[in-house]
Amino acid sequence: MVFSALPPTAAAFAASAGSAASAGHPHAGAPTLDALILAAAGLALFLYIAAAVASRRGGRPWPWHRVGCWCAGVVAAVVAVVGPVADAAHGDFVMHMWAHLLIGMLAPLLLVLAAPVTLALRTLSVTPARRLSRLLRSGPATVIAHPVTALVLSAGGLWVIYRTTVFGAMHANPLLLLVVHAHLLLAGYLFTAALIGLDPAPHAPRRTVQAVVLVLAMASHAVLAKTLYAFPLAGVPVASAHEGAQLMYYAGAFVEAAIIVVFCAQWYRAAGRRVVPGEAAPGQASPGHTAGRLPARASTAVTSRSAG
Amino acid sequence: MVTVDSAVARDSWEARVARSGQNAWSGILFGVGLAAFVDEAVFHQLLHWHHFYDGGTTELGLISDGLFHAVSWFATIAALFMLADLRRRGALWWLRWTGGVLLGSGVFQLYDGLVQHKVFSLHQIRYVEDLWLYDVTWNGIAIALLVAGVVLVVMTRAGRARRNIDG
Repeated sequence: MVFSALPPTAAAFAASAGSAASAGHPHAGAPTLDALILAAAGLALFLYIAAAVASRRGGRPWPWHRVGCWCAGVVAAVVAVVGPVADAAHGDFVMHMWAHLLIGMLAPLLLVLAAPVTLALRTLSVTPARRLSRLLRSGPATVIAHPVTALVLSAGGLWVIYRTTVFGAMHANPLLLLVVHAHLLLAGYLFTAALIGLDPAPHAPRRTVQAVVLVLAMASHAVLAKTLYAFPLAGVPVASAHEGAQLMYYAGAFVEAAIIVVFCAQWYRAAGRRVVPGEAAPGQASPGHTAGRLPARASTAVTSRSAG
Repeated sequence: MVTVDSAVARDSWEARVARSGQNAWSGILFGVGLAAFVDEAVFHQLLHWHHFYDGGTTELGLISDGLFHAVSWFATIAALFMLADLRRRGALWWLRWTGGVLLGSGVFQLYDGLVQHKVFSLHQIRYVEDLWLYDVTWNGIAIALLVAGVVLVVMTRAGRARRNIDG
């Protein structure tokens, strides 16, 4: 592996920076795409909130903080692709990195914490719910949802975007840019769900596998950030390459830390179900006894592993 | 005849012995994270002695840096959850845990000082004339931490705790 000899990217990034400054709107034909993205986001918000309300009316209140997570996740993803941040990201590497962090890391984390599949299974009528459940249990879905697959797609995808001609090409082609953003969001979701997913997982992976995958993904992200510092992309001024790379390295670590906290908290909670205070007399701890010492699971909370 | 107080202490020592490994590992992981945090906060951010990248960095250095960046974040957080788990089980053994912290931070600092700084040329401690003085101090502290950690961890082996239960 020779980082310095990686293929240079096209100079479209710099060129688009110029056009962004002069033309005001960076990509021609974008209004239609923007409208489509906004419509999709509106639909995602509407469906989730409608399902949450339906669940509440049906006597099973859906926690509001999950609704909040879903809305924030959708907004984070949209801000990265439509509006001032997205426009600035077109020619400014630092803003590009902010957009990348929003859509590839923060939005997936928030969306996963909203447990959309659980909400869907709860509110769909029996036949579609069974179909969805069968789909999630199918072979292909199991392979795609595996942490190692998610690692290859998300971490590997980043190396392809930044260390091949994709980075340059996507700034010349709005459609390719949309595909790359969709990939970042979906791969990020898949990755986060494989590690800290709250939705039912038919074949929950082992925690050690998940921990190793998490560490490898973080390491890959940090190494990629340092190579972007050491060998700036074509068309990116050295100063903003350095600032953007450090943003990727440090800000990325904070989102990763949030994932680690949730991951460890899930372990802590699961280990707590077997806790015997003092461990002197196994089997004597009644659920009532441990409930006072451990964070009690809200009845409305989603059951993570046991649900599958 | 066992009084209530001694029953509590007894339970606690049995739990410590049963979780002897977890006590040491929680400390070691926290030590690795702590050393990495001091390295980042003090030497990179406050003093600006260390450089994010210094041109002489080898590719193995970048990979090693990335791995340790990831491991140290994970280790810090996981270690604290393990510590909380020990506490709720009445199995926390501060002396052994502290030994783990010293051991973990010594190992990380020695690896950073010898392998990352010298073999992989990730960056130097400080960009000055008499760098060797900094290297000797850095690695000397690392060895001192490491030795202190080993002593504490060996001193608090499970057998010793078992004698506490019996006595």
